[in-house]
Amino acid sequence: MKHLLSTQDLSAGNALRLLDVAEEMAAVGEREIKKLPALRGRTVVNLFFEDSTRTRISFEAAAKRLSADVINFAAKGSSVSKGESLKDTAQTLEAMSADAVVIRHPASGAPARLAASGWIDAAVVNAGDGTHEHPTQALLDAFTLRRHWAGVAGAASPGTDLTGMKVLIVGDVLHSRVARSNVWLLTTLGAEVLLAGPPTLLPVGVGAWPCTVFYDLDDALAERPDAVMMLRLQAERMNAAFFPSLREYSRRWGFDDGRLALLDTLGLDDTVIMHPGPMNRGLEISSAAADSPRSTVLAQVRNGVSVRMAALYLLLAGDPHDEQDQQRHRHDRQSDDPDLIPEGRTP
Amino acid sequence: MTVPAQESGPHKRVVLAEADIDRALTRIAHEILEANKGSRDLVLLGIPRRGFPLAQRLAQKIAAVDPTVDPDLITGQLDVTMYRDDLRRHPTRSPLATQLPPSGIDDKVVVLVDDVLYSGRTVRAALDALADLGRPRTVRLAVLVDRGHRELPIRADHVGKNLPTSSRESVRVHLAEIDLIGGSAVNEVVIEDRV
Repeated sequence: MKHLLSTQDLSAGNALRLLDVAEEMAAVGEREIKKLPALRGRTVVNLFFEDSTRTRISFEAAAKRLSADVINFAAKGSSVSKGESLKDTAQTLEAMSADAVVIRHPASGAPARLAASGWIDAAVVNAGDGTHEHPTQALLDAFTLRRHWAGVAGAASPGTDLTGMKVLIVGDVLHSRVARSNVWLLTTLGAEVLLAGPPTLLPVGVGAWPCTVFYDLDDALAERPDAVMMLRLQAERMNAAFFPSLREYSRRWGFDDGRLALLDTLGLDDTVIMHPGPMNRGLEISSAAADSPRSTVLAQVRNGVSVRMAALYLLLAGDPHDEQDQQRHRHDRQSDDPDLIPEGRTP
Repeated sequence: MTVPAQESGPHKRVVLAEADIDRALTRIAHEILEANKGSRDLVLLGIPRRGFPLAQRLAQKIAAVDPTVDPDLITGQLDVTMYRDDLRRHPTRSPLATQLPPSGIDDKVVVLVDDVLYSGRTVRAALDALADLGRPRTVRLAVLVDRGHRELPIRADHVGKNLPTSSRESVRVHLAEIDLIGGSAVNEVVIEDRV
C-alpha cells in the first residue's frame, strides 16, 4: 500500500493484514510504555480542512505512539483562509519533507487528487473527504465488529473475517462517508450489509450497492442483525428539506428506548449498537441505547488508535520503493495479492 | 529420520538432525539451570518465529529436571519487528504477538531464545523491546546455532552448535511446530547456498 484512500479498492488480504497488525498495536496500548520506535524520524502531517475531534486526536496519538513527529494543520487560522490552494499547501508540506499526509477535506476526492497529482511524494491517508469515504473509520468499525464476532464464536480474532455477520446501517446514508466506506469494507470481509433510512437520505444508485435496502427501521431489525450502526444526522450538510421534522425523524429512524427493548424481545442478546460519533443524543440514538452494555461507542474510539497505528505503520515503515513495486502489482490484482502476505523473518 | 529428497535447486546439506537438536537443547537447558543455580525467577522468551518453539522445548526440558516448574508459566514470546534497524530496507513486515508470562519480567532472569545468531541485530532489537516491557535482573541469550559474522558486540551465553559458515550460505532451521516440508513435520538445521 502506498496510500489509504478508500475501502472500495482495498483487497480482503490487505484489509485483514491491517486488522491483524492493529491487534498487535492494541496490545501495545495496554502496556505501561505505550510507545514503539518504528516510525522514528518520520513526519506525519495532519491536514484538516474540516472540523474534527476524535479523528484528529486519534491520528495524532497513533503517530506519536509510533514515535513519528506530528505536525497539526487546521485550515482555520492558516493561509488556507487567505485563499491558498490545495496544491500550494501540498507543495509547502513537500518542501518540509512530510512522509505522510493525513487529510480531511470537505470536497470528495481531494485526497485522491493529492495522491495522484505528483505535488507531493508522501503517503496520503484519507481521514474523510466530503461525502465520499472515511476508510480508517470503516476499518476501526470492522476491527470492533471482528472482535465482537470472534468473541461470540469464542475464538481469537486475528486472522478471522466477518463471514456470516449481518450488519445494519441506519440513517443519513446520503451524506455519510462512514456508511460508504463500511458498505465496501464489510462486504469485502464477508459480512452481509443492510441499509435502512428515509428514501430522501439514500443516495441515487443505492440499488447497485452490494446491500439490501429497507425503508422501515423495524422491518430491518426483524432481519435479526448482529450489529446496528447508527449514523449521525449531518445537519451541516443538509441544504434541503429531507424530512418533515426532527421529531418525526427521531421517531421513525432513531434508536430509541423502545427499539432497545425490541432487541431483547427478539432475543438478540449478542447484537451490538455502534455509532461513529459525535452522537446527537435523543435524535438518532437515545441516551439509554448509547450507554447500554450493547453500545460499542467507546470501544470504537479506543480501537481507532490501534487501527490508525496499523495504517501508518504499514504505509510508512517499509522500504518506499518496494512499496511502489507492490502498488504496481496491486493494479493487476487478483482478489488476494500474495505479494503483500507478510514474509517470514530472515535469520 | 528421512531426509527429504534433494531438490534440483541450491546445494543443501543437513548439519543438525532431529536427535542432534534434541541433545543440544537438553545441554542448553542444563546450562541455563546451572548458570542460574536453579529455576528461580527464570523466564524464557522466544523470538518469533522459531525462537518461540525452541523456548517451549527448553522449558519442557527444564521442567523435566525441576518438577516445581510449570513450563507454560515461564515461557513467552517477544516480537522485535518494530525495533529492527532495517525496517526501512525491506517491504513492511507484519508484527507478531508479544506474550509475556503472567509473572512479567521485572527482576526476573530473562533468557532470550532464538534459532540462529548471525549479525546480532535481531538480539539488539530484542534488548530494546525488552526495555519497553520491564526491567529484568539479568538478560541471557541462548541460540541453537551461532554462525558467526557478528556486526554488533553481542555474544550468546548458551550455544547449541557453533557453525562456521560463509556469508554466501544461508542457515535454515526447520522445527516440527512450524515447518512442514513435503507434507511432513521435520526437525533439522540445513545449510544452503544462497541463490
